[in-house]
Amino acid sequence: MSIWEYANPVKFLRLTDKLLPPLAILSIVTLTIGLVWGFFFTPDDFRQGSTVKIIYLHVPAALMAINAWLMMLVASLIWIVRRHHVSALAARAAGPVGAVMTIIALATGAIWGQPMWGTWWAWDPRLTSFLILFLFYLGYIALWEAIEDGDTAADLTSILCLVGSVFAVLSRYAVNFWNQGLHQGASVMRAGALAGDTEERVSNVFAVPLFVSMAGFFLLFLTLVMLRTRTEIRSRRIKALLAKERVE
Amino acid sequence: MIALLIRDLRLAVRAGGGFGLGLSFFLIVTVLVPFGVGPETALLAKIAPGILWIGALLACLLSLDRIFALDFEDGSLDLLATAPVPLEGAVLVKAVAHWLTSALPLVVAAPVLGILLSLPPQGFLWVFISLLLGTPALSVIGTFGAALTVGIKRGGLLLSLLVLPLYVPTLIFGAEVARRGAEGLAVETPLMLLAGISLGALAFLPFAAAAVLRMNLR
Repeated sequence: MSIWEYANPVKFLRLTDKLLPPLAILSIVTLTIGLVWGFFFTPDDFRQGSTVKIIYLHVPAALMAINAWLMMLVASLIWIVRRHHVSALAARAAGPVGAVMTIIALATGAIWGQPMWGTWWAWDPRLTSFLILFLFYLGYIALWEAIEDGDTAADLTSILCLVGSVFAVLSRYAVNFWNQGLHQGASVMRAGALAGDTEERVSNVFAVPLFVSMAGFFLLFLTLVMLRTRTEIRSRRIKALLAKERVE
Repeated sequence: MIALLIRDLRLAVRAGGGFGLGLSFFLIVTVLVPFGVGPETALLAKIAPGILWIGALLACLLSLDRIFALDFEDGSLDLLATAPVPLEGAVLVKAVAHWLTSALPLVVAAPVLGILLSLPPQGFLWVFISLLLGTPALSVIGTFGAALTVGIKRGGLLLSLLVLPLYVPTLIFGAEVARRGAEGLAVETPLMLLAGISLGALAFLPFAAAAVLRMNLR
């Protein structure tokens, strides 16, 4: 029994058939708890007021925007090395979800930045790298859409994902070099945060609901990707059936 | 490989239009900028290095789809793929040919166009050097993009969407060298990073480009 068994589309469909409903419910529940707790049951920040609550959307979305790309990278590598179709289709399924997460992170960031920094947008390294990440997502999705043949599309997009990852990391550091910014550094996961060092980190009152919403966003991402992978598998099957019918 | 390089150069020079087109585009972009932002010398001098870099980058982009499209259509790309020369080498030669015919004229023209944008005197040398070091990366990255989109009809727009984000690091360091040079600051750090990107792209991307070409020719 290994994980590779689920590279078989039939087995994957059977597994996700069972997995999907509880996962969907779990993600809804976790998200609701995290967001309601965050929005209504945490105190206002003494300097930022109630705007601090946008963190419960902003940070998890940003986290998933990056992790979605990482997942696509891993799935692409699996496709190149082991040529499992489910893997390639999962990477395809994750693309638009990741792009939407990036938009959410950028939009909530702009809404948060307006009262706090006095501007919707600044050419800050973090903001800029997210915008570039969004462009990479767009290119990846567009390449998938442009190629008719499924296997060629999977091959080409996975190579694009590999090369794109290298250049995305390069851009991240290039942008750092280019401009110093307004955005604060990592303060949620900073070392010592769990050791109880209370200086310059997010207080537990805010951090615990934040972790719950992060988990909620993660589950939501998992659910959406699974759902979309199933759709991709089925649409691939329909295409095969139609092609068969045309031959006969 | 040298025969292939000479063939590509000949084709580029003789097959009308392609050779001078990028250069004319570069000229037009540079001429249009002062119309857009106004003719004040101080402002133009400040933005000149960036404008020259963006103009060169866009002019480079213009000729990318030419790299493989014609050879793909008449089937000579299939012959190249089955030739004793490794496809990686052929790709590298294609990139070099693109650089010689499209990018090198831009590099030479950039200081001349700098006059139009009232580039400060100490900037000319650094604009030239930064473009000379940076455009090989643009050509190789562009060759990879052209290899990705070679099988797609009307892939030009897609090609730009794929390639432009990949150009970001090169543009940042290249424009930084030119800007610092024009303002008389130290340029060593971005210059080395720019050279690093060019060398890294030259070393690794031909393999990726050859891999996607094989997938497209299958």
